[in-house]
Amino acid sequence: MKVLLVGNPNVGKSVIFSRLTGLNVISSNYPGTSIDYTKGYFNIQGERAELIDVPGIYSLEPTCKTEEIAVKLIKNGDVFINIIDSTNLERGLNLALQLIQYKKPLLIVLNLFDETRRLGVSIDIKKIEQILGVPCVATCALTGEGIKELKSKIGDATISEYVFDYSQRWNEIGKIINEVQEIKYHSPKITEKLRDATIRPITGIPILILVLLLTFALIRFIGEGLIGAVFEPFFEKAWSPLILRLSELLGQSGFFHDLLIGKLVGGDIDYGESFGLLTTGLFIPLGAVLPYVFAFYTVLAVLEDSGYLPRVAVMVDNITRKAGMNGTAIIPMLLGFGCNVPGALATRLLKSRKEKFIAATLMSITVPCMALQAMLFGLLGPYGIKGLGIVFGTLIIVWFILGLFLNKIIKGPSREIFVDIPPYRIPYLRGLAKKIWMRLRWFIKEAVPFMLLGVLIANLLYSLGIMQFFSGITAPVFNHLLDLPPDAVGAMIMGFLRKDLAVGMLIPLNMSLKQLIVASVVLSMYFPCVATFAVLLKELGLVDMLKSTLIMILVALITGSVLNAALTLTGL
Amino acid sequence: MMIALTNMPVGKKGIIKDIDGGYGITHNLDVMGIHTGIEVTKVSKQWMRGPVTIRIGNNEIALGYGMATRIMVELI
Repeated sequence: MKVLLVGNPNVGKSVIFSRLTGLNVISSNYPGTSIDYTKGYFNIQGERAELIDVPGIYSLEPTCKTEEIAVKLIKNGDVFINIIDSTNLERGLNLALQLIQYKKPLLIVLNLFDETRRLGVSIDIKKIEQILGVPCVATCALTGEGIKELKSKIGDATISEYVFDYSQRWNEIGKIINEVQEIKYHSPKITEKLRDATIRPITGIPILILVLLLTFALIRFIGEGLIGAVFEPFFEKAWSPLILRLSELLGQSGFFHDLLIGKLVGGDIDYGESFGLLTTGLFIPLGAVLPYVFAFYTVLAVLEDSGYLPRVAVMVDNITRKAGMNGTAIIPMLLGFGCNVPGALATRLLKSRKEKFIAATLMSITVPCMALQAMLFGLLGPYGIKGLGIVFGTLIIVWFILGLFLNKIIKGPSREIFVDIPPYRIPYLRGLAKKIWMRLRWFIKEAVPFMLLGVLIANLLYSLGIMQFFSGITAPVFNHLLDLPPDAVGAMIMGFLRKDLAVGMLIPLNMSLKQLIVASVVLSMYFPCVATFAVLLKELGLVDMLKSTLIMILVALITGSVLNAALTLTGL
Repeated sequence: MMIALTNMPVGKKGIIKDIDGGYGITHNLDVMGIHTGIEVTKVSKQWMRGPVTIRIGNNEIALGYGMATRIMVELI
């Protein structure tokens, strides 16, 4: 039996899905978090049933790809669980009436029911059951209220006998609402003032700038704090002695010793330079990057669940439109700062091919993921604000210029912004913790194996002389255009696997500040890591991805050369 | 008097009287609960012909300037 969770975007389908199946799914307070459908299994009265979390839709007349997927799923479903945002009954009933026409067993869930009480809205559930002739359950999925009742009632789902004139359905909905809903208006509350202040430009733009600065400061504060207080002491005091003992056992040299531990610097392990699997290979992802990734996802989760992000999309629409995308494009960009992979997936929020292409290309080139940023902080941080300022400043300038350019040359329509602005919600702590943990687990599962593989491959390429061969043939470009040492080529090659590893490989090269800046910029821009590349290939298709790749490489080389020339002229 | 949503002052309320557009636009607006006869409040507008935010019931929706010019309202 196939049971379908159907509902408008951002009504909490994914939370109910995880409650029913015990599977973990990412949810946020903005529409469109689940773009693909998720499948799980659960028991109804001792029988195993399939539960499908259908992506959020507003109607059953498909107008975009997400809706097409949804409608296809609905046609093959056996039982519908229609999830409605209780604070937005009209829109929910609009979908419910359309589902009724499929003549399949239906159950209605009024989620976010706790919020209606706070808004002064009361809904008569019994009356909805009477009018529509289907069971109806009130829930608050985040806290788990009503979920037990929902489970027990799934078996009672019935086919509605409700008849109505489809063309008059808004009148029909109006009539139902008059009967079941009663509103006692509140005077404007603080949250309402906050809603207005954050979306009116005169107050909203300063607030946005403040939030972004605060976000950045908080990420660095948490990241740096964790590294200094927990991660570095752990690696130096607990891990190093173990590795040194292992080094002794292996005789302090030889192929395996160098592969596992790398070179000892002054008889000790240098996590930046030793470059063994168990030293640099573990330290980069777990000691240097993980704390920052944790910091980023913590701050992001709060921003996501509070409902602020769609407001950011509205505030930046004026800027992104110049680059041919509506303001929603800020969401893949922001996610990309954590990891380009989810950022690339989120380009699906943009409906037209042009917008998707520009968003994917701009993100790959100008949005450094947290792993890369964490390493850049380590690499350039000691030089003060100058190095990091030039790197990030260059990325921002390139975003604008390339965006304007792509908007001019790429044909096709861009859709105007059209988004729901959800109410502010105080993030639910357990929900936050779960989301952060899921993303961290994903990062560790993804980063550590790739990093170890990268260290392994780099070691092999060096010991077989292949890296030196590549350095030789690419030397003209690197030397003349970018003024980088031939050894930097190795870092660029490994950057395909992981960019944080590539920055790690720049550390031992003893480059000047100018060279470090140029190398950092080129490394950030020239190509997405292999994981992002795979996702983009799927999202954009082969032809567009090849075009995008070509743009990436060209822009990286041009920017690197110009930056090198400019910095040389200014005498850095 | 009917005016376009874009010309409506921020903070004012109105009733949607007409939506000037083909099936695609009316349908997209319709499913979000934006249709003739409904009361809307204009919450904000961004500078330089940026998006307009409206409130319908407890719901806020942001729409592009172009779309907003097609929605005709009567002030109340």
